[in-house]
Amino acid sequence: METLLNDFSPGLFLVSSILLIALILLMVKFAWKPILTALEERETGIQNALDAADQAKKDMESLTANNDALLKEARAEREALLKEARELKDKMISDAKAAAQAEGDKMLQQAQEAIESEKKAAVADIKKQVASLSLAIAEKVIKSELSSDEKQQKMVADALGDMTLN
Amino acid sequence: MHKFLSAYFYYFMKNIATKYFHILAVFTLVFASFNAHAASDPQEGGIVDTKEEVEAYILHHIKDAHDFSLFSYTDSEGERHHFGFALPVIVKSSKGIVSFMSSEFHHDDAGQVVVDHNGMRFTKIHGKIYELDAGAASVAFDQEHHPTNATQTLDLSITKSVMGILMIGIFLILAFSSLAKQYRTKQVPTGFGRLLEPLVLYVRDEIAKPNIGEKKYRKFTGYLLTVFFFIWSLNLVGLTPLGFNVTGQLAVTAALAVLTLVIYTASGNKDYWLHILWMPGVPYLLRPVLAVIELAGALLIKPFSLLVRLFANISAGHIVVMSLIAIMFTLRETLGVVGATSLSFVLSFFITLIEVLVAFLQAYIFTMLSALFIGMAVAEHEHH
Repeated sequence: METLLNDFSPGLFLVSSILLIALILLMVKFAWKPILTALEERETGIQNALDAADQAKKDMESLTANNDALLKEARAEREALLKEARELKDKMISDAKAAAQAEGDKMLQQAQEAIESEKKAAVADIKKQVASLSLAIAEKVIKSELSSDEKQQKMVADALGDMTLN
Repeated sequence: MHKFLSAYFYYFMKNIATKYFHILAVFTLVFASFNAHAASDPQEGGIVDTKEEVEAYILHHIKDAHDFSLFSYTDSEGERHHFGFALPVIVKSSKGIVSFMSSEFHHDDAGQVVVDHNGMRFTKIHGKIYELDAGAASVAFDQEHHPTNATQTLDLSITKSVMGILMIGIFLILAFSSLAKQYRTKQVPTGFGRLLEPLVLYVRDEIAKPNIGEKKYRKFTGYLLTVFFFIWSLNLVGLTPLGFNVTGQLAVTAALAVLTLVIYTASGNKDYWLHILWMPGVPYLLRPVLAVIELAGALLIKPFSLLVRLFANISAGHIVVMSLIAIMFTLRETLGVVGATSLSFVLSFFITLIEVLVAFLQAYIFTMLSALFIGMAVAEHEHH
């Protein structure tokens, strides 16, 4: 212990204290302050960059999700449009068919009616002609039958004969 | 974030470690052999050969010195040659500050050479500068070899340790201000700065932040960083054959410990002082007793443990390395020249490797404990 105390030099203690304090002050001013500030700035910079990257990733994700939703919606809309168009087409076709059917039926009926009336007219005409022809024939036949007595006699006899048969 | 940084740090250190391990090994070899060279030189004109001489040499080496001496030898004509240079001596004498070069003592350390300055006489005994009483021409010693007619002066010299502090201080300022400058133009430093940055981050994230707390660490990080790099680089310089033993000087470790003491005492908050002086939750009769113990702990034991731990570890490291190197003289007769030299070389090589680790460890422990003490002083307690 005595040697230790003897070795202790107060002068060296004083000088080294002064030098140390000077060194600490100089180092703080010219080295540690700028270094620590730069390191902190860099660390916050890195942290900010990481945060920004995270945020961008999240944004990207939500954007993708959005895009998906939009795409889905568009697809659904297209489906709906197509379906509507198809329905419209079917309706138009069926409408047109119905209309054509009706028109055709109507025309057919009219034709049938016309045919019927023409037929009636023709039949009536034929009947009239037949009547007049029969009258003319009957006239000629009567004229020839009743031209002599004998013939008249015979006719009467025939008529009488028929009656008995009845 | 923190995980990422520490992972980066470990990856980086691993890379560095593998890359520089060879260089480190080569350096250690060189240092070990240089130390051997330094230890083999004779002291005070004689050859350092016996156990007692080796002990004296080692104890002399771990002390501070007034000149920078690399080695010395005695030539065939018996003349001493010293390699190194003189440093300025500055002492506070009875007539004010006096300064002269240490070369005026002519490497004397036993009070034989007396230097005359402005009518005052100075002499150097065991590394201390004494001013002779008026009228005395030479030093007279009592039976315990204490000078009787001279008084010790306040020695403010640029000693070897002061020179080491100045060198390391300039190195640290240059290295870290160049790192600071790099951040002006780029985000990630290159070159030497790339080696320094993870160390700064290490001190900040592993020492300052966990011990002081996220909110208040910033104010004390400058001190902790300075102390960490100061101690570490001085410890490493101490392992070189330059022979510095700055962090093994009690005065230097005391200056460091006192600075830590001043900082945590000055920044202690109300809770800190309350827990020291009037411990809550303890019977009233015990509180004054506890206050005495706590005061002694805060003002004496904490700084004392800091200063002794660093001093003892570094001094012990120097003594062990030099003792192992000395094996080549002390065991020469039993093992032979080759045996003693190879044993000494192998042992001192491995101890030097361990000392490289200890150099970091002691810097880490000092900084870590300083941070812990500061953290205790500024901690926000939950109010019971």
